[in-house]
Amino acid sequence: MNKPNRYVEWLLSVPTYVWLIVFFVFPTFIILWIGFKPATLNGGIDEGWTLQNYREIFSSNYTPILLRTLSISIWTTVICILIAIPVGYWLARLPARIRYWMLLLVILPFWTNMLIRIFAWKTILHPEGFIKNSLVFLGIVEPNATLLYNEGSILIVLVYTYLPFAILPIYAAAEKFDFGLLDAAADLGARSWEAFLRVFIPGIKLGLITAVLIVFIPALGSYAIPDIMGGSTSEMLGNKIAQRTFTDRNLPQASALASLFAVVVMTPVLVYQIRRSLQ
Amino acid sequence: MAALLEIQSVTKRYDNLAAVDNVSLELEAGEVFSLLGPSGCGKTTLLRMIAGFETPDSGRILLNGKDITALPPNKRTINTVFQNYALFPHMTVFENVAFGLRMQKKAKPEISIEVDAMLDLMELSDHASKKPNQLSGGQKQRVAIARALVNKPKLLLLDEPLAALDLKLRQRMLIELDAIHDEVGITFLYVTHDQSEAMSLSDRIAVMNHGKFEQMGSPVEIYEAPINSFVAAFIGDTNFLNGKVTAMPNDEFCTVRVPSLGDLLVWKDKDVRVGEELNLSIRPEKLRIARKKPEKPDLLNCIQAVVEDVVYLGSLTKYRLKSGEYTLIVEQQHGHYLLDEKPITWEEIVWVYWHSEDGYMLQSYQQDDESLMALSEDMPDE
Repeated sequence: MNKPNRYVEWLLSVPTYVWLIVFFVFPTFIILWIGFKPATLNGGIDEGWTLQNYREIFSSNYTPILLRTLSISIWTTVICILIAIPVGYWLARLPARIRYWMLLLVILPFWTNMLIRIFAWKTILHPEGFIKNSLVFLGIVEPNATLLYNEGSILIVLVYTYLPFAILPIYAAAEKFDFGLLDAAADLGARSWEAFLRVFIPGIKLGLITAVLIVFIPALGSYAIPDIMGGSTSEMLGNKIAQRTFTDRNLPQASALASLFAVVVMTPVLVYQIRRSLQ
Repeated sequence: MAALLEIQSVTKRYDNLAAVDNVSLELEAGEVFSLLGPSGCGKTTLLRMIAGFETPDSGRILLNGKDITALPPNKRTINTVFQNYALFPHMTVFENVAFGLRMQKKAKPEISIEVDAMLDLMELSDHASKKPNQLSGGQKQRVAIARALVNKPKLLLLDEPLAALDLKLRQRMLIELDAIHDEVGITFLYVTHDQSEAMSLSDRIAVMNHGKFEQMGSPVEIYEAPINSFVAAFIGDTNFLNGKVTAMPNDEFCTVRVPSLGDLLVWKDKDVRVGEELNLSIRPEKLRIARKKPEKPDLLNCIQAVVEDVVYLGSLTKYRLKSGEYTLIVEQQHGHYLLDEKPITWEEIVWVYWHSEDGYMLQSYQQDDESLMALSEDMPDE
């Protein structure tokens, strides 16, 4: 590549960097900065510096929320991946013509606004709804059990929402996978599950990592789903940040929570990127 | 001696089209057998049925007398060298070769010893810790062979193993394969569309077309005595002549009148009667070409022809001649070629002659088969 081209390339990417710095890097640092400021009683930000906001987070009353957020997000990721692997495998092996229709079905939910889909789940899981009545009829749940407003209903809707994000990268990796390798493994004496675990799963490793990140990070930060589907005992971090911002009008406290969340999210990504660049 | 592998009237259909059509075959232990045919002839389907990836619609496959028709691939003591090698990209060379032994749940030290010995045999010891993408084509090929052979299979299937290599490497790998076979003595079933690979490696060859064996025999039999025009044209170039038997001068020879060429003397390797239609195949290297008519033409057929094209190939020269309605291909080697000798060139009228034993009678002839040859008539001049 010659010099004028590099110059043009650099010039063309300037708007992107400006956008990212003004609307992403800059706000992130503002939030980090506010997190170390004391709050005023009328919702403002006071002079000076303090670690009080972080002390508050690590005091006991946030711990259940942090643990719940982590556990729901991890379960969401695990369930999504466990469903997405066989689906991705199956999609990649379909004849091309059918495969594109099936892919269309995978992304079809995106055509409807997410809030509407979440509210739809409220109807589905409603105490007088079809599912509840069927489960009571089959004797699986007690008549007075609730399917809504608990961690279970959050988990169901999180899995439902993020499943396509897990399927697509796994499918993309599986599509590039050479299925002849499974024949080779069988030829060398591997049973089908051994071939699947030892050859297919390592073969789609990059897709799996992408799927984990792309599900886990938004699940950690989810706000609307626990807000609508969850109850007072199933709050997640996102709800707490919203509460501190809008109800308590304590921006420094909300900022500290958001900063902590950013660190939790960025650490695995950074570790992964550093490991990759070291290889 | 009982056969190692027996294929009994095996048929496999895809959408009513028989990919393999009632094929039977017996392989002896230790031999190198080639399935040779154009792409789509069913040779790969047959191989995949022997490996266990496909199940025949009818017929049986026996290994050492035991029916393995319904056995899955991982239960068969048969290993395959795949066309694109199918090495596991996330494993090192050592792990690739060790895979089969690990699947057999062998003890670690034992695996290590056997893999090291196999890597040593295949001259791969220096590459044991490399990943497949760090290897050259020939090295990948050797890893694929090592990975199959380390399991000590009764039968090694090779599916176009050299197709991805360039010509020089292919020739070297052929010699190596031959040496490996001498070393391990395992039965090889070799699938290829390349007749020279099959010829140089095999004890026996089956020429396949449309899911059936056209002919089975040693390379010499297949080349020198092709059963029909397909085999004759697929295995190297040849000249087809069509005529009618007009006379039987003695027990050994008959006279065949070929329209536009005249009466030719043909060795009677089959029982023919006067008046019968005949198709002959004469290999290009059996034809001789000269400016002067040969002096003792007793058992020779001599015809005159015009040179249309001369292709000098170093070790030999290919001539394309026109005689009557026929275009003849002649390959002549240069025994003692002198640079100041005036070579035969375009437009010259020459004598073409061949020994009457060299025209071989085919059992059947189809004109379409002529297009299988590399130097067929309708090939554009370039």
